[in-house]
Amino acid sequence: MLAKRIIPCLDCDLNVPNGRVVKGVEFKQIRYAGEPVELATRYYEDGADEIVFLDITASHERRETMADVIKATTENVFVPICVGGGIRKPEDYVNMLRAGADKCSTNTAAIKNPDLINHASKVVGSQACVIGIDAKRRYVEDPKENEDKILVETNEGYCWFDCSIYGGREFTGVDAIAWAMECQERGAGEILLTSMDRDGTRDGYDLDLTKTMSENLDIPVIASGGVGNPEHIYEAFTKGKADAALAASIFHFNEYPLPLVKAYLKERGVEVRV
Amino acid sequence: MITIIDYGSGNLKSIKNGFSRIGVETFISGDVQEMAESDALILPGVGAFGSAMEHLEKYREVINDHVKDGKPFLGVCLGLQVLFTESEESPGLRGLDIFKGKVLHFPESITKQGMKIPHMGWNNLKIRCECPILEGVGPEYMYFVHSYYVDPEDKDIVAATVDYGVDVPAVICQGNVFATQFHPEKSGEAGLQILKNFVELV
Repeated sequence: MLAKRIIPCLDCDLNVPNGRVVKGVEFKQIRYAGEPVELATRYYEDGADEIVFLDITASHERRETMADVIKATTENVFVPICVGGGIRKPEDYVNMLRAGADKCSTNTAAIKNPDLINHASKVVGSQACVIGIDAKRRYVEDPKENEDKILVETNEGYCWFDCSIYGGREFTGVDAIAWAMECQERGAGEILLTSMDRDGTRDGYDLDLTKTMSENLDIPVIASGGVGNPEHIYEAFTKGKADAALAASIFHFNEYPLPLVKAYLKERGVEVRV
Repeated sequence: MITIIDYGSGNLKSIKNGFSRIGVETFISGDVQEMAESDALILPGVGAFGSAMEHLEKYREVINDHVKDGKPFLGVCLGLQVLFTESEESPGLRGLDIFKGKVLHFPESITKQGMKIPHMGWNNLKIRCECPILEGVGPEYMYFVHSYYVDPEDKDIVAATVDYGVDVPAVICQGNVFATQFHPEKSGEAGLQILKNFVELV
């Protein structure tokens, strides 16, 4: 049986030599967790099923630094690696895969230029094309007046989900669920779904968002944003129907080490690789 | 000499890194002569059956000779699928045809049972029979990513399967020809054990 994946995420600031992993609250950075290669190696040894590197500086000048981080990591880490941040052209995918990455995640570049998904998936394959979606709830008074959006009934009322770009600094008005379905059509292999409402809160994943997304797609969904404890991960898989769960700070500061999280999930009957 | 066949497909560096980690040097080459002189060949691969076969056509002979000579051969992921006769992914195109059988798309019906396509992630092996590259490997989780799976005519060549709506052949083994549908170089320590077992045969 297919196991649910636990994916540590490293938000990397590449403006210093070797880079450093930062942890932000609502997309604003605050704490330093260590060097990317060192942390990735630790997570591999702890049983991570995959590792995501996000270049939060996302600048072209730092692209080589990220490639070097990936090269060094894949000498010691033998699980899939996904890279995001500043991936804009099919060549960026090819360069990252050549450095040793298995997947690339794009967000802003894909919304600005959706054909990128078609081109990139033809060049490197769908399995390497992850689409990052940063979604924020938009509550509506009257569901009938918002028929152009995919509405979700939540405890707080009806809402749709608005895609944000540029690391949460700009909103597009694009419906996140509809956009994900379009990405799937265009050749995306997976959706990395972050709740902007929950990110940094430690209140748990947005289960309404995750569940609706997962039920509308044939490709896997990675839940992200808001995890504060192992029970949140359990809920992402059970209520949220996620295929994988992304987490950062609960691992970085050793609050809930990975082996402990996996043992907890296994005990509660979730299929995990231990 | 162990050669990783470079036909413009996939992440060859990862396989090379996997062997380096277990202390074995490998060479990445697209040169027919170098392949002919190799003690073992590794055929990696991601992407589509059709484009892979286009690039592999010029290596068909050297791969066939290598296999006929009984020298160890390891196919990985798409490198397993191209060993078969044909694929639904690229109708009318002939595979390397070392094994008789067809490559099929996962049935859409599995999505109704909540399973996603591609089959992506960690799935645990069900061992069917003894095979040298599975030495010391139990019902371990391996990393898969694929939308097609093989249906061999001779079921006896399937050494291990995984369950994903259908029985997916995960390890193929006949004589000195081995292939895995999963990525041993991305499957943690259990995957590295498979590479180690392969090296033992060289």
